[in-house]
Amino acid sequence: MSFESAGYQLLPVLPELVLAVGAMVLLMVGAFQGVRTTGLITTLAVVLLVIVGVLELTLPAGKLVTFNGSFIVDDFARFLKILALIGSGATLILSAEFLADTSRRIFEYSILVLLSTLGMMVLISAGDLIALYLGLELMSLALYVVAASNRDDVKSTEAGLKYFVLGALSSGMLLYGASLIYGFTGTVSFAGIAAAVKSGSIGIVFGIVFLLAGLCFKVSAVPFHMWTPDVYEGAPTPVTAFFASAPKVAALAVFTRVTLTAFPGIVPQWQQIVVFVAIASMALGSFAAIGQTNIKRLMAYSSIGHMGFALVGLASGTAEGAQGVLVYIAIYVAMTLGAFTVILAMKRNGQHVENISDFAGLSRTNPMVAFIFAMLLFSLAGVPPLAGFFGKFYVFVAAIKANLFTLAVIGVVTSVIGAYYYLSIVKVMYFEEPLPRLDPVRVELRAVLAIAGLFNLFFFVYPGPLVSMASAAAKSLF
Amino acid sequence: MTTWPILSVVTFLPTVGALLVYLVRGEDQAAQRNVRWIALWTTLVTFAVSLILVARFDPSQADFQFVEKAPWLANAITYHMGVDGISLPFVILTTALMPFCILASWKSVKVRVGEYMMAFLILETLMVGTFSSLDLVLFYLFFEGGLIPMFLIIGIWGGPRRVYASFKFFLYTFLGSVLMLLAIMALYWNAGTTDIPTLMHSAVPRSLQIWAWLAFFASFAVKMPMWPVHTWLPDAHVEAPTAGSVILAAILLKMGGYGFLRFSLPMFPLASQYFAPLIFSLSVIAIIYTSLVALMQEDMKKLIAYSSVGHMGFVTMGIFAGTTQGVAGGVFQMISHGIVSGALFLCVGIVYDRMHTREIAAYGGLVNRMPLYALVFLVFTMANVGLPGTSGFVGEFMTLIGTFKVSLPTTVFATTGVILSAAYALWLYRKVVFGALVKPSLATIKDLTWRESVTLVPLVVLTIFFGVYPKPILDVSAASVQQLVDNYNTAVTAVKAAALMQ
Repeated sequence: MSFESAGYQLLPVLPELVLAVGAMVLLMVGAFQGVRTTGLITTLAVVLLVIVGVLELTLPAGKLVTFNGSFIVDDFARFLKILALIGSGATLILSAEFLADTSRRIFEYSILVLLSTLGMMVLISAGDLIALYLGLELMSLALYVVAASNRDDVKSTEAGLKYFVLGALSSGMLLYGASLIYGFTGTVSFAGIAAAVKSGSIGIVFGIVFLLAGLCFKVSAVPFHMWTPDVYEGAPTPVTAFFASAPKVAALAVFTRVTLTAFPGIVPQWQQIVVFVAIASMALGSFAAIGQTNIKRLMAYSSIGHMGFALVGLASGTAEGAQGVLVYIAIYVAMTLGAFTVILAMKRNGQHVENISDFAGLSRTNPMVAFIFAMLLFSLAGVPPLAGFFGKFYVFVAAIKANLFTLAVIGVVTSVIGAYYYLSIVKVMYFEEPLPRLDPVRVELRAVLAIAGLFNLFFFVYPGPLVSMASAAAKSLF
Repeated sequence: MTTWPILSVVTFLPTVGALLVYLVRGEDQAAQRNVRWIALWTTLVTFAVSLILVARFDPSQADFQFVEKAPWLANAITYHMGVDGISLPFVILTTALMPFCILASWKSVKVRVGEYMMAFLILETLMVGTFSSLDLVLFYLFFEGGLIPMFLIIGIWGGPRRVYASFKFFLYTFLGSVLMLLAIMALYWNAGTTDIPTLMHSAVPRSLQIWAWLAFFASFAVKMPMWPVHTWLPDAHVEAPTAGSVILAAILLKMGGYGFLRFSLPMFPLASQYFAPLIFSLSVIAIIYTSLVALMQEDMKKLIAYSSVGHMGFVTMGIFAGTTQGVAGGVFQMISHGIVSGALFLCVGIVYDRMHTREIAAYGGLVNRMPLYALVFLVFTMANVGLPGTSGFVGEFMTLIGTFKVSLPTTVFATTGVILSAAYALWLYRKVVFGALVKPSLATIKDLTWRESVTLVPLVVLTIFFGVYPKPILDVSAASVQQLVDNYNTAVTAVKAAALMQ
């Protein structure tokens, strides 16, 4: 009996294999050639991500399964993998400046991002609890190190350590939940669990609670959000941009896949948890951000809130809900990358400035950046006709269909409260007197900013493709 | 009929103008002049194109005309545009007033002229789009999108408390609208579409009607604004630049009334009837209370702002009376108020540009130095009071007649508002215009310039013309209003009949 015929085809994992081998090769290059290859490795890493993305798209259509069902490539996985690859690739481009500094020429940085991306791809395709844990840990371990990559900086080191300790705790909870579920169902595959779980026994519910607690930590949903503001503030800004984009995609993907494919029989049981987490995240995200003065901390609370909104879609437990989550996360990634590009571009006399008050009068000194940032902020607040509105539209449409009216009303009210702090930044940029001019924006930042800004501003003109892709991806789960 | 998408052209032409403005570089005098002229020509051309709509409009038809439909978001959510007799007057009001707004900002806006004009042109696109979209999601997009430029207009070019006013404006309106968004979604799942003409003819269950009505009410009552959620309006008006106040009073407020006419009455007739007493009470309170508040104001703009709330009370009262006269009167009153209140804010802007204060006490005896201004201001004051012969009278009178058949007490109380409005308007006029010119600061004040006359004279003509001969507006809207009222009555009586049968 050959290896392939026993359910171990390698074609579906080809992109992951290429990524893994490519990362190893780049590691060898770095190890033998030293730090002067940092720039080259970063460039090659971006190229590698593009190749992986192309490979992913050229895989045969339909649902591919390998490793006896523990690795699934369906439309859902394709959609989110491409999104995660875009997030990682953009982050690497944004990191070019950070890595160019002679004291920070760490070639491992790009390789860690690659390995983390590999973890995300495994996570997105995970078809059982083992693959889930493997992917999650590969992703997280790389992230812990990246968070501390500015090793001479106390805050960055603290961020890395804090993230690691809390992350390990959450992994423990997740494992505990996974073992409970295995114990009560006798299987680790999502399909097997779905077949075994027809009614929610107390043991299964316990298992789900712990499993979801671990996942909530990864998406930084309340009440497992404590690490987010500190890590976002402490980590170097490109790393924060990374944290806010690609890993969120992967974690939300696995959150969606586990709940919808492993526990479709007991929706009411986990629905309550997701509803609570969504409400708590939206509320905390909007209230706690109001008092922030540091833009990165503010973005941390903003991302907590946005994860809450995305979970609103999941809470409905339907294909529409999954579609809402996918549209939301895609638009969220574009908005977040754009916003962090602006934050990265904020330099005065060669020093990064991170206080919201430093944005004063930006509309006079740099009208283009101010305009794009203002539009991104309005979009984050969910004001039509910008892209962010459509994200909210699709999650709430799903919630309304599932008769989750209370959740929907609380959700839109918190989005109004959240609008207050986004508006406050617009106020600082547009209504206040200008501060001294900022340094010119680097060309690669301009490119990312232009793409994110145009996507955000003109999404409403032709929203069809993204929406229908998300719809197809969501249907592949059911 | 030719097939070029005339409605889309009217809607998006201002955006093209905004892009042209963007291409103008620099902040020097020449660049500013170019920007002003581009903006003025854009609005004039838009107005000219919108007149083609009037020429080709068939007033005998009640259905939507100039319909355009294209796939957009999903199968059920399309780019669907069209106007009927109710929305066409608002489209024309918008395109007609924009050139005046640009002219009013000609000299008074000196900083960031390009951005200012772009904000106004984008706002025009969004306003026209609001009145001509025939899909709920599309409507919401235009309706809410208007918040962004208005927020910036108040916040950047406004008065001393502009930040507070702009935030209050934005958050109040946003909160009302998101609830409407949820109701739109509920309607979508109920009927499987967000197409407005389809929804107007599809039955909505009574319980959903009640909730959806309340959610739409939350949005439109804030926008209108109705008592007690009107408090953002005086702040926004006082702080906004003159042209911003004009747009706010003349058009943005009308979106609320338009929403009631387009959605609440046709889609939720049972709920509209159920809640009519609530609307009547709030309208009467608005009319009396805000008129009393207006009597106590020391700021001219604030006084007019409160009077706007009162006048909108007549509109809501007329609309929810559900009679032909009431609804037609509501439409007419909104158009008339658009012209008159816009003109009043322009009048205040003219003296503000000269004296840089809006305090009533700072003026007095203007008639001695500014006879022309005194005359123009008098016409608009009288129209605001509702003097017969001005357009203000027709609207108030028709809404009162329409409501009289439905609720006598409402009409009695509302009519006292007419007296109160005369009290505050004449008081304002006397304090500002009449008397001896004793204040030394006013000794050198100049009368209307050529540019100011150009902006005000057409409005004077329209005010008197529609006061004497209101037929053009009433004719355009008659068929659509009649159909709306018929459908409303059919729905309401059908339920009554069904209740009797049991």
